[in-house]
Amino acid sequence: MTKISKAEAEYPSFPMARSCPYGPPKEYEEIREQAPISKVRLAMNGREAWLVTRYDDVREILSDSRVSADITNDGYPLMLPVPMEILKSVPRALFHLDHPEHTVQRRLIMPEFTVRRIDAMRERTLEIIDEYIDAILAKGGTVDLIEELAMPIPAQAICELLGIPVEDRHFFHEYVAGILGKDSDPEQIAVREAEMAAYIERMLVERSENPGDDLVSNLIVRNEEDGFGLELAEIGILVRAIVAGGHETTANMIGLGILALIEHPDQRELLMKDRSLASRAVDELMRIFSISDFGTSRVAMEDIQLGDTLIRKGEGIIASLAAANHDPDLFPDPYRFDITRESVRNVGFGHGVHQCSGQTMVRMQLELIFPRLFERIPGLRLAVPAEELPLKNDSLIHGLYKLPVTW
Amino acid sequence: MRLAVDREICVSSGSCVSSDPAVFDQDAEDGRVFLLHEAPGPEHRDAVLQAVHSCPVGALKIVEDG
Ligand code: HEM
Repeated sequence: MTKISKAEAEYPSFPMARSCPYGPPKEYEEIREQAPISKVRLAMNGREAWLVTRYDDVREILSDSRVSADITNDGYPLMLPVPMEILKSVPRALFHLDHPEHTVQRRLIMPEFTVRRIDAMRERTLEIIDEYIDAILAKGGTVDLIEELAMPIPAQAICELLGIPVEDRHFFHEYVAGILGKDSDPEQIAVREAEMAAYIERMLVERSENPGDDLVSNLIVRNEEDGFGLELAEIGILVRAIVAGGHETTANMIGLGILALIEHPDQRELLMKDRSLASRAVDELMRIFSISDFGTSRVAMEDIQLGDTLIRKGEGIIASLAAANHDPDLFPDPYRFDITRESVRNVGFGHGVHQCSGQTMVRMQLELIFPRLFERIPGLRLAVPAEELPLKNDSLIHGLYKLPVTW
Repeated sequence: MRLAVDREICVSSGSCVSSDPAVFDQDAEDGRVFLLHEAPGPEHRDAVLQAVHSCPVGALKIVEDG
């Protein structure tokens, strides 16, 4: 047994639980005030890592070229109970690649997510939103908005982005529900993931023979024509990264955003009176909830001086987006939900080379969903007390398992 | 104000285009930034400053201010 000194034994355990749907874990505030870059102990494996909590430090470290996002590096702060042998045996997705592999793959996919491309999806996205709201209105009574709106809309959007044929969409929606449900167990999730991997593999073979007008075909064609040099299997991993990165996050954000707007009628009315506030409202919701808090973990590849702290080569770093987004130096009165906030860009989508690929698409979807929902169902209210809403406290991405509403 | 962009380090977040679509654009072929105006007028100042600040990799620079 290795001896642990008293100070080391007292490093706070990480992750820390969120006690309410809004805002980060309470502990962050004290840490930011007292020692903004300080050691924590990972609940998963007992290892130490640096927790970075100030906005400026988080941005600095995430854009430092001396950090690596390689999850198979021994120093990487692991949050999931996946054994290292397994991590090392599968190819890493975009999130966990470093330059130069990261740069190549990022360049291959990003033309699919330009502001112009995403703008062209607005009209169709609004149609999708309306279809699900129609179904909710037809159903009546008490409706769980996670199941009826928050999960299916991003799933449908990704289906259309990837060009998944209509007859296969139920498979995709079932996959999403099976992965994200409160009662999904790890074994079931593993089965669903394997099914999805096999599905994507078949899709790749089909599209290389018969390219269409969709993201998957575009990647295959661009890879060949512009000499990116990726194997088909690597493109498959990229597509899975988009599926994995894109649905739970957006779904959780839709659910929490609706909750915030139900519970803050003054903010909701502001938005409904002036739709030009939609983009700021979405920014503020991204900030308040910071649903992806510590996915932005890294390893120092060299000694790095960050503020007063010397981070040693090989040490793990957790750049907390939720802590950064509640830094009172940048966001005065940080716990107040205020859609008129004239503030700097928050780091809800991360910072540095890995900043979210899907952010323009998410913004577009959220800017349409919130005003549309309250326009069509103005009397929307919670069907259970807010304290009873089940929080996803056991998940990497903050969210709600259920959001029962009525009107 | 005069701007410069570093296309080599651009990661195509699109964040500048959402800040000011009249100044910044993305190449349809590779998603990377290019300038519609190298010397945008004072009416663009706030939006450009926001774009420069929010660029995730610091690819945008104000090379001459005023
Ligand atoms: C509210 C919704 C979302 C949130 C909060 C979110 C958050 C994030 C964050 C924080 C990162 C950076 C991770 C890091 O630096 O280690 C990231 C990366 C990424 N996201 Fe998102 N995301 C969202 C939606 C999406 C969507 C809809 C897609 C795809 C359509 C997507 C695809 C990706 C990909 C591929 C990456 C990796 C980028 C890279 O490594 O270069 N995300 N996301």
